Formats: sequence, structure tokens, C-alpha cells
Amino acid sequence: MKKSVIFGAATVACLSAGAAAAGTLDDVKARGKLNCGVTTGVVGFSAPNAEGVWEGFDVDVCRAVAAAVLGDSTAVEFVPTTPKTRFTALSAGEIDMLSRVTTWTLSRDADLKFTFVGVNYYDGQGFMVPKELGVSSAKELDGATVCIQTGTTTELNLADFFRSNNISYEPVPIETVAEAQQQYLAGSCDVFTTDASQLASTRATFETPGDHTILGDIISKEPLGPTVRHGDDEWADVVRWSYNTLVAAEELGITSANIATLAGEKTDNPEINRLLGHEGSMGEMLGLDADWAVRIISAVGNYGESFERHLGGQSAIGLARGLNALWTEGGLQYSPPVR
Amino acid sequence: MNTDIAFVQTETIPPSPPPSSAIGPSKWIKDNLFSSIPNTILTIVTIWLIYTVLMQVVPWVANGVWTTSSLTECREVLQGKTGACFSVLSERWNQILYGFKYPVDSYWRPNLALVLLAFAAAPVMFFDLPRKMLIFTALYPFIAFWLIWGGTILGPLVALLGFVAGGYTFKTLSMKSFAAGFFGAIAAAFAIWIIGGALIPETASENAWLSPVPSRDLGGFMLNLMLGVTCVSLSLPLGVALALGRQSNMPLIKGISVVFIEFVRGVPLITLLFVASVMLAYFFPPDSTVDLFLRVVIMITMFSAAYIAEVIRGGLAALPKGQYEAADSLGLDYPQAMRLIILPQALKISIPGIVNVAVGLFKDTTLVSVISMFDLVGMIRGPILASTEWNGVYWELLGFAALLFFIVCYGISQYSQWLERRLATDHR
Amino acid sequence: MSTLTDPPKESFRLSMLIYDTRYRSLTFQVIAALVLALSFWFLGNNLIQNLRAAGLNISYSFLGDTSGYDINQVLIDYDSQSTHLRAAIVGVLNTLLVAFFACLTATVFGVIAGVLRLSNNWLVAKVMSVYVEIFRNIPVLIWIIIIFTIMTAVLPGPRAFRGDNATSSMVLDLFAFTNRGIYIPSPQFESGLFASAGLNWLLVIAFLIGSWFATRRVAAWATAKQEKTGERPSTLFINLAIWFVPFVLLMLIMGLTWDVPALKGFNFQGGIKVGGPLIALWFALSIYTGAFIAENVRAGIQAISKGQTEAASALGLRQSRVMNLVVLPQALRVIIPPLISQYLNITKNSSLAIAVGYADITATLGGITLNQTGRAIECVLLLMLFYLTISLLISVVMNFYNNAVKLRER
Repeated sequence: MKKSVIFGAATVACLSAGAAAAGTLDDVKARGKLNCGVTTGVVGFSAPNAEGVWEGFDVDVCRAVAAAVLGDSTAVEFVPTTPKTRFTALSAGEIDMLSRVTTWTLSRDADLKFTFVGVNYYDGQGFMVPKELGVSSAKELDGATVCIQTGTTTELNLADFFRSNNISYEPVPIETVAEAQQQYLAGSCDVFTTDASQLASTRATFETPGDHTILGDIISKEPLGPTVRHGDDEWADVVRWSYNTLVAAEELGITSANIATLAGEKTDNPEINRLLGHEGSMGEMLGLDADWAVRIISAVGNYGESFERHLGGQSAIGLARGLNALWTEGGLQYSPPVR
Repeated sequence: MNTDIAFVQTETIPPSPPPSSAIGPSKWIKDNLFSSIPNTILTIVTIWLIYTVLMQVVPWVANGVWTTSSLTECREVLQGKTGACFSVLSERWNQILYGFKYPVDSYWRPNLALVLLAFAAAPVMFFDLPRKMLIFTALYPFIAFWLIWGGTILGPLVALLGFVAGGYTFKTLSMKSFAAGFFGAIAAAFAIWIIGGALIPETASENAWLSPVPSRDLGGFMLNLMLGVTCVSLSLPLGVALALGRQSNMPLIKGISVVFIEFVRGVPLITLLFVASVMLAYFFPPDSTVDLFLRVVIMITMFSAAYIAEVIRGGLAALPKGQYEAADSLGLDYPQAMRLIILPQALKISIPGIVNVAVGLFKDTTLVSVISMFDLVGMIRGPILASTEWNGVYWELLGFAALLFFIVCYGISQYSQWLERRLATDHR
Repeated sequence: MSTLTDPPKESFRLSMLIYDTRYRSLTFQVIAALVLALSFWFLGNNLIQNLRAAGLNISYSFLGDTSGYDINQVLIDYDSQSTHLRAAIVGVLNTLLVAFFACLTATVFGVIAGVLRLSNNWLVAKVMSVYVEIFRNIPVLIWIIIIFTIMTAVLPGPRAFRGDNATSSMVLDLFAFTNRGIYIPSPQFESGLFASAGLNWLLVIAFLIGSWFATRRVAAWATAKQEKTGERPSTLFINLAIWFVPFVLLMLIMGLTWDVPALKGFNFQGGIKVGGPLIALWFALSIYTGAFIAENVRAGIQAISKGQTEAASALGLRQSRVMNLVVLPQALRVIIPPLISQYLNITKNSSLAIAVGYADITATLGGITLNQTGRAIECVLLLMLFYLTISLLISVVMNFYNNAVKLRER
């Protein structure tokens, strides 16, 4: 780590030097901390809890990378970002990776120069309406007032949907979920639209969740995934395979409960052996050590465990796996082979 | 003398008390509330307004619930009655005041820094106090920095040494020439900082007595206070420099100052914060990243410096021309004239204006919530309202935030008014 | 006999650059220019290197691309197929709209509160000081959020107007107050003299301006007569006729009807809608700035020395004339400069519209467009340019005013 002394003492505390140009992996190792961009608070994906500890589904991806690279899943500096600041924070090198309900689109990939390393949550934009309106399809929403959470692809999808169905609407863009929800509950908009997972997590916090219904119409594809800068393929590989490890572990039946025994000795399953470092030199190829995957799974469990903990049945949100089930169970989650 | 008049009152009649309508409360009420028909109408309307507001607020506050652990429980306790759910304050007060990441066992550090701030600010605010206390004021930034951020004490020490060396160099060299002293001081300070910075071992912070706290972990009302205090104190010297620059007869210096001041005053603070959050990162050297807190401090300091410069310019302009001429006739050169004659007077007249700018700036620090910093408003709109327990508690939180700001700002503005009365030495 | 000789011609020495006042200012300016150039070079160079490293460039071509999003309040034609540039213009107009109306109402609030604070009604004066202190000492962002929250919570949603046992009803069957906004009837011309509605409105405005000039003439005539005969003729009825007769005739000819809002589907349709975010922002800015203006007004009135009032009374002027002819003209000189800078503050504070979802320039260009295109540097620069232009325009106006009212000292 290069240490530039410009502002005297302020330097020590404030000016941390990190290279943006080459070798994010080396930088992270030298710094001993992973800078991971998250939201300012979306329950289930990334939000600080009452003790101020960040938790959520996206947070687990950060923790997995930290566990793999640094051997400590708590060595993460969570950097809250807004939709506005997230891309600059990543391209300017303020954060090493972005794990913040960010939709993978062509322009973000090619024009903004980011690399999406995978899709950790397949989402889609949906609508929530009060039951008393008696609306059963989004196409009946002609003339409705729609609350939108700004800053995602939401506005564009909404405009396209209403335009292609030739119906009118009135958008009310709101910055934070909390305010959007207050507007919606007070009846100052008829519909609340954002990603279906967030709708479910918002509805879970209502006084009477049963009075509101999430319409069946999903008007867009929202593949959400962790993102890194273009041009540092080694680092992209580390993040990509840290994430793939979560999925592969679920495919192979490795959980945080049995990881200790599986890591202890070689098993009969060569795939497990390769992943856990008993065979081959997978970790070395990534620039890590042999135990990288063991640390990930011990720290955050496999994909399914993380999902259940933050989004599924064990959480207040209670989402079904749906598209995010493993490919063997009719979903889309699929890890490329570890070999 | 004719004394045949049948009856003459020989003693004076004791003055009878004024009619009951002309004294006491009833007179006061008549004069102040019902002196004319329009006044009566105004009074009645006002009383009705106050009554309506109180009828809404009093039961809400009186029925407040302080002990539950979530909004749902509050609703159960209240069972449909009007009432506030103050439990959110009693449960999350620490997050509201300190942010959600500042280590709980270190809360005494910012508290102590705040108490010390009172001592450091006292000699600046009240002129009667002994001038020796200013030494503590000068030391305060380093102590506060060390208390709040923790880590090795060597950092603030080196910074302090740099300033001391700079000051000493200035004192010795400026006997010969102000310019030599000025540039010599800068060189000396930087020399100390660079050498000292290199000497501090990188691991010094790890097992320091006060555990280091990264500036990203600062939050809540503490962040507002820190931003306000830091930026106002940093912008004072900058503001003086800009104000003098604007009065200068060197066209280039004057031009730079005017462009800077007008530019900064012409744009809203929020765009400057956007610059801090999305643009500034591109303007620093490629291999370094500067912490968001520092970037925000830079932008807010620039912002308040421009406003303070205008206040001080007003103070400079208010000085009679005779003062400048007197300084010239004594043979003082520009730095001496400024230091000894002009600035002490100009600054004194500008203090109330500066305090107003400071209050405005302190209120504006809430805008950092827009760029994902968790200040008081950011904490409320972000983590607290987004959490499943407290989703929907608006009035209690916003009211509390408003109350905190009111107490601080009202206090400062009362001080400013007191000062204005004290400084008013002219007779009108 | 002594001759005066010129002092020995000093040759130029390097130390003169610092010690000689003739050269010193030059030296300092050269140093300043160097420092300035160096820092610009440093920043520019960093920018170029950082952008190159990230593979980005600076380009404004995104302004011509389709924006793809809708805006809830548009003053010009706009839909999701328009360009980002047009979205920015919509935002500019919305900013100017809310700033303009907030300036008007803030002045009204401020003047009322400022005058009432000096009232001899104790209760009213106290209530006004409480208003001023409360609003001045709490951040405007908190006020905007609180007022928006109050509005959504207190006013009913359109749903409350529906059905047989509706809990809310329209005021006079003409106005609907909902938490989405206020709906008011809009005037329509059935047989307008021009094809476009805009031209018809222009005609109405032309008539009103004509009436105003006519009343000015009447007033001048009355004054002339008063000076000649000592008696001022009553002009009230003449003025009323001048204002109303042509106006009513014009309305009859053009066939004025009212388009009354009615609940259709999810929302009220017809009439003019003043959106909820606009009202909240407008009200919050006016009441907040009103508190500052009240202080300016109070200071302005108190700045007029008592002697002026007494002198005016001694001349036998009535109370109202003392105010109009003596106190106010002098107080305005004190009040107007800070008033204009409050207007500037309103314009700048309107950028907090993003907190309530009002589509001003910060929300369109600096918000959704920035998020969609990721062109942060370009968007923020344009944003600053816009506000800078507005501020400079307002300062120009202010300087003109200051020069116009400056006390001419002899």
C-alpha cells in the first residue's frame, strides 16, 4: 500500500490510499479490509440492524468475498451508497465491489464500464395495490397514480409498460422506501411499484399486510448482481467464484452445519473435494489459498441458507425461492463447474 | 381672608384607587388584547388556533408510549387511542445521536469532546474571560480529533507540532518581512508534517489507547455537530482571506476571490454535495481515495467561507476610511495594518453576521443525508424508518430531530442577539 | 550653490520583487497565477487519468437520447419518448414555477408576520415571534419533510370521495382537496376568438393591461382636477366600470365555461391540478422563508427613526399616510436588498424538491437522468450552471435596485 502524506495528521485517519488502476485483489489484501458498496437500507438485502451490524442477502456476498480473500467475514467496510452515488463510488475506486440490488443492463456493462459477475437474485418489477381497489391486473391501472422508488431502472420499465399498453398514469418518484410506503399507505398513490422482492419486504412491515395485494404482472427482468470495475479480471474472478461457491455449495449439499466435517477430511465426491481444496489447486488459480471456499461456507453458509435467513421463511419477508431456486428444482440458479 | 364659607374640606381627599378596568390584569388584558375591534378579532382567532393545535398535540404527547420494542406493540398498547410511540426514541436514541456504527463503549469520547468544546469556545464567545484560555482553544482541534477518531496520538501531535513550528518560523522571520515569514512558516509546517508522517509507524493505530474509529462510522446528530463546528472554524480563516482578496487592488487576486465567492454563493449547497459525492473522487490523484467525510468537509467549508467572506467584507466596508488612512499614516505596511488596526475592528462588527452564517450552515448540514451519509435526518429516513420494527413512526422522529436543532440554533441565535446588544456602542 | 542631483539610478535587484511596493503586487499576482494554473493542471490531469483508467469520457451527447421516463408535472409537451434535454427543460420550468410562487407567498407571510410582530396585541405579537423563532431555527429539509407528511396524512385520498358513504366531499362541488393535490375548476373558452387557447389567454391579459392603463389615466385626471379645484372627484365607480365592463363583455363573447374536476377512475379528472409535491414544497419554502422575511421587515420598520414618524404626524398627516408616504418608502430601502437575497435562497432551496418527489431540475437532470445515464460529471456541471445563471440574473437585478435607491450623498 502506497501511503501518500499530504494532509499531515488527517492523512492517517482520512486519506487511505488504494489503487484503482491495477490489482484490486492485492490492494484488498494489503488493506486488510474489503470496501463493499451497499444500499442505505433495504430490509432483506442490506440494512443495518438494531445493533448497527449490516445484514442481508447482498451483505452476505460481501462477507463471502471478505472470507475468501481475507479469511475474516467481518473484515468488510460497508459503504452505503444511493442510486446516484453507487456508480461513481465504484469507478472512482472508493469501493472494491458493489453489492447493491443493481440490475445488470447492457449500458451499465458497456457504457459505464462495469462487470457484473453473476446474478444473485432474479427479480422483476411488480405492483402492489390495496385490495379494496379491486384491481386484478396491471392493465386495469389506467389513470392511476403510481409511487415509484427512484434511481433504478424502475422508471423506464414503468414508462415502457404503460406506453406499450396505451394507458395513462401519473408517476410520483420518491427517494426512500420509507417515504414511498407512507405515501402509498396514506392513499396519495394507488399503486406502489418497485422490484417484487422489495414489494414483499415492504408489505411485510405493514400494520395489516392482508389488505394489500401484489399483482401477478411482472413487467421487467431485473437480474440483480454484484458488480466490479472493468479491466481487473483477476478481481472479477475472485468475486465471481466467491459467489458461485455459495450456489455450488447448495448444489453439493454443503451447509454451514456440515462444513466442519467435510473440510476436515477428503470425501468420496470429487466435486466437493475440488471445491473445498482437498484436490487440485482451485484457490491458487484465483490467487487465494486452498481453504477459501471452506471459509466462505463457514461464514455465510450456502446460497439457500443465506436466502432463507434474509429473504425466505426464517425472515419477516417470507419470499418463496421462485426463479431463485436451484436449476435442479426448476429455478435459474446454476453454478458453472468448479474444475 | 374670607373664612365664612360654610364648609371647606380641610384635608385632602385620599386618592381613590383607579377603577378596576384601569389597573391590574384587566387593564393589561384590555390594552394588550382587546384594545380595538380588529385587535379583539385577532385575539379570538389566535386563541382558537392555539386551542386547536394544543388539542391535537397534548393528548398525543400525554398518551405517549415509551417502553415497547416495536411500532406494532405500540399500537397494541394504545389500542386505537391517539398517542405517540416514543419507544423509538428510547430504543434508538443512541443511533439518532451517534449513528449506528460508533462503538457504544466509546460514547464518552464525543461527549467529552462536546464538553471541552464549551470550554474552547467560551473565550471566543465571551470577551471578558481571561485571554490565556485561548491556548486551550488552539489545542482543542487536536484533542477533539484524537478523542473522536481515536487511534494513535502521534498523528494529532505531529499536526500540532507542524503548526507550532510554522508559528515559530513566522514569528522569527516576519520581523524582516511578512512574506518571508508567511512562506517560511508554510514550508516549516509541511516539513514537519512530511517527516513526522513518515516517522509514525503504520501499525501505531492498532493498539492505541483509544481505538480508532473510521470516519464512515460517525453519524447521527454528532455528525451534524461535527460538520458544523469543523466547517465553520475552517472557513473562518479562508473567509477572511477571501474578503481581503476581494478588497485587494491586485486585479488577479481580486478576480479569483470574486469568481470563487460568486460561484459558490450562486449554487445550492446540494449541488456542491453532489460534487463531493459523485465528482470530487475523479479530481484526486488516481492512486488515492479520499474519505467521503473529508470531501464533504472540503465542500461545506468552501461554501461557508464564501458566505463568511461576504459578511466580513461588510464589516470591512463599514469601517470609516479614516481607520485605513490612520494606519497608513503610522507607516504600517499592509499586513501590519490589517492585523493591528483593520481586522480586529472589522471582525468585531462582523461577529453577529458570522454567527448567523454559522447557524444557517449548521442547519444545512442535514443535506448530507441526500448523499448517503447517516446524519440525524439520514438515520431517520434510512435505517430507522426502513427497519421492520419502526416502519411508520414519522412524527416522533421528525419532531425529535426538529427539537434538537431548535435547541442548538435557538441557543446560538440568542447568544448572537446578546452579543449584538453588547457590541452596539453607537448611540442612536 | 548646490545642485539637485537625481538619486543614483538603482539597478534592478531580485530582492526588489518582494521589498519594493512597485513590483511586489506583480510578484504576488504572478505567484497566484502560477499556483492557480498548477492546481488547475493538477485537477485536470487527475481527471483525465482517472477517466482513462475507468474507460470513461466526458460527452454531452446523452442529452439528445430518449429519456424513457415520465414526469408528473409538465409545463411543456413531454413524454417518455422526449430527450433528456427536454426533461431538463421541464425541470427548469418546474423550478422556476415553484420558486416564483414561493417568493410571492413568502413575501406575504413575511410582511404579515413582520408587521404583526410589532403589533400592540400582546398575544399576536408573541405568537408571531414563536412562529419566526421556530421556523428560523429548524432546517428547511426537516420542514419540507414534515409538511409533506402532514399533507399526506391529513388530507383525504381520492378514494375517500368515492361511493355512497364517502367520508369526504368536494368543497362547493368545485374544489377537491386530496393528498395528491388540489383540483380546481379551469376556465375554458367555447367560442374563443383565436384557435389556440394560449392566444385567447393572451387577449384576456391584454385587456387587463389595457384596463390598468385606463385607471392610471383616470387617477391622473383626478389629481389634475384636485390640484385645480381642490376637490378630488370620486373615481371608484369609473374604475370599477373600466375593470369589469370590457372584461365581462370579453368573457361573454368568448363563451367562458368552467371545467369542473370530477372523480373518474382512480383520480379526479378535469380542471387544474396543483400537485401535492408542488403544494408541499411551495408551502414549506414560503413559510420557512417567510420567517426570515418577517425579521427583515421588522428590522426595516424599526430602522426608521422615531423622529420621522413624529415629523410626519406634526405635518398633520393621517396615520395611514404616515405609513405610506414616510415610513414605508424609507423602510423599503432597508428591506428590499435582504428580501432579494431571500428570493435567491428560495430558488436554491427549491433544489430540496427531491425529498418530496417534485420534478424540478435537481430531480430530473440531477436525479433520474443522472441515475439512468450515469453521466455524473456532466449532469452536475449543467445543474450548477443553471443555478449560477439564475443567481447572477438575480444579483444583476439587485445591483440595479441598489444603485437606483442609493442615498445620493453630496
